[in-house]
Amino acid sequence: MNCLWCNEEIMNEINWSTLVFPTKQKNICKRCEENLAIITGSRCNHCSRQSEIRICNDCLWWKNYNNGKDTIVFNYSIYSYNNDMKEIVAKWKYRGDYELGYLFTHSFGQHFRQKFKSKKDVIAVPIPLSEERMQERGFNQASMLASFLPIQTKELLSRVHNEKQSKKSRNERISSQNPFILKGSINNSVILVDDIYTTGTTIRHAADVLVKSGCPEVFTYTLIRS
Amino acid sequence: MEYDSQLRSPDLRKYIGKLLLQKEIPQGVLSSNHFTQIPSINRKTFHYQCHRCGNNKRSLFGKIPCGLCQKEHLYCRSCIQMGRVMECEPLFYWSGEQLSWPSYDAPLTWEGSLTDAQQKASNNLVQAIQEKEREHLIWAVCGAGKTEMLFKGIEYGLKVGKRICIATPRADVVRELKPRIQDAFQEVPIEALYGGSDDRVGESQVILATTHQLLRFYQTFDLMIIDEVDAFPYHHDPTLPFAVNRAKKSTCTTIYLTATPRQNLLLKMAFKQLPHTFVPVRYHGHPLPVPELKMSYSLHKDLKQKKFPKHITNWITNRPKPNRQLLLFVPTILLAEQVVKNLQDITNGRLGVIDSVHADDPDRIEKVDLFRIRKIQVLVTTTILERGVTFPSVDVVVLDAGHSVFDEAALVQIAGRAGRNKKDPTGEVLFIHDGKTNAMVRAIQSIKQMNKRGGFSL
Repeated sequence: MNCLWCNEEIMNEINWSTLVFPTKQKNICKRCEENLAIITGSRCNHCSRQSEIRICNDCLWWKNYNNGKDTIVFNYSIYSYNNDMKEIVAKWKYRGDYELGYLFTHSFGQHFRQKFKSKKDVIAVPIPLSEERMQERGFNQASMLASFLPIQTKELLSRVHNEKQSKKSRNERISSQNPFILKGSINNSVILVDDIYTTGTTIRHAADVLVKSGCPEVFTYTLIRS
Repeated sequence: MEYDSQLRSPDLRKYIGKLLLQKEIPQGVLSSNHFTQIPSINRKTFHYQCHRCGNNKRSLFGKIPCGLCQKEHLYCRSCIQMGRVMECEPLFYWSGEQLSWPSYDAPLTWEGSLTDAQQKASNNLVQAIQEKEREHLIWAVCGAGKTEMLFKGIEYGLKVGKRICIATPRADVVRELKPRIQDAFQEVPIEALYGGSDDRVGESQVILATTHQLLRFYQTFDLMIIDEVDAFPYHHDPTLPFAVNRAKKSTCTTIYLTATPRQNLLLKMAFKQLPHTFVPVRYHGHPLPVPELKMSYSLHKDLKQKKFPKHITNWITNRPKPNRQLLLFVPTILLAEQVVKNLQDITNGRLGVIDSVHADDPDRIEKVDLFRIRKIQVLVTTTILERGVTFPSVDVVVLDAGHSVFDEAALVQIAGRAGRNKKDPTGEVLFIHDGKTNAMVRAIQSIKQMNKRGGFSL
């Protein structure tokens, strides 16, 4: 097995404990794994941003903006968006290196089990790509992430084409129109899955659509908090 | 006639001699019958090969569920930086009318003169091109003035209307070569292609490019000059020679340039399969500085404790010519930053400005320029500055020369950074180690050997 990122061969350490209890082969080497920064320590309980305050100012703003009750219950993210992660995401999403998504198979499932264990009868809904973007990229990174989860996945949303979020400023993002449309009906609680939480506009737009059609609770689970 | 006029239109010229993905060619142009398709990935039971980059490692092929044809199929992960090659999309090369490149009467505007040794190499080069030799190696010591030797060869090529490519594995070398070549051929349009370059089209007669960029070209060059052929990653990554070979016409002449040929070329020369010219003297006629080895028993311990060995600081402050700038090579990026800090603490500004540069440094180009105009006195660098760069007057120190990144070729090249200027043709070269390696010994041997062949007694 070669590391998916640096393509060096991965050599597993052999000692008594791995001999007796063989560990699962990883697809990322130790060195590359160390470069990915998992968010640890204190974080905003609401959006997973690394911060000393329990609920950060952005989240208070969102609460205010939505008249006292935010559309999402909370967002949980695993990694912070450091330079190594930026490179990986750029190659994965924009260059279209599909296999790189498998770097996160293990961690995305594991953190899910830790954080969302108590939630029963939830379904995962990936944030969709617009038709045009799908043509261009050939795959949806959020659907890929959702497929790593041990719960049912439903593609409930569709998206009208507009400009890339990553090309807009913060204000442009927040004031942009809601591009999502619900395709079916929904009674369960939902975990929205996406790759990056930046301002939180995209997922709140999606959550809006779900809540309005009767979804009781919307959680969001994102790989990266930038 | 309409066909002909289409070709003259600049819109189409940029597709000539290229191998492209479907999405790199606009729909209207694609349907004009100027292109031939080839399959993009060759798939056999146990063997895949990407037809753009030649990659055949299984670990560098991925499987993707294609959103368009609703099937899972292969894509190449090796050349994905140049756009994704998918199994379901063919590659296209230009098979319409070929453009005949203009012939220049007197393209060379360079007015310098060559030394005897350079002249000899230059003559051999022109002869090789005239007689359409397939390959020719110019083995010239560091600082022999390789670029100037090329001028006559390029001039001859331009006179007879050849398309010329000067390729090298390193983007820094391309950046350094571009103004020098453009200066020498002021009338001729020259494009420099490297990751992040301003020129992107690749439609001019003379192309300067990193070997990576040649992945997009298809049987178009009559003269291929590969500078620093032994540099990383060319000798390391089989897709690059593949790309270079594909970019050549079948009648192409290939010129290799290097100061430190590797085993494969040395063997070919020994078996007389590769005509070559050896240039053993530097352009200013002085010998290569021979490195000095210095043992530092506690080197690794000191570096681990973030200390800087004291006798080395002493050596640095008590150099015979303290006016020279200092180029300090270290094996890793981490060490580079740490050494800068230590040196600053120890010397208290006695050495002037100290800075570090490495491949991931966003300001690397600016810092190298600052060093060149003596705004920085000590530059701590990783191996990115080992070759292709010229500083007028420097002393060179290699810290931890026993590290595996410093192989024989690297050490010879590093030693060759010193004494490159006519006004200051010597320089100190110091290898600091905590145990001699074969690479160090061989590097010193081969430098002495080259000096001997250049007629200098030891």
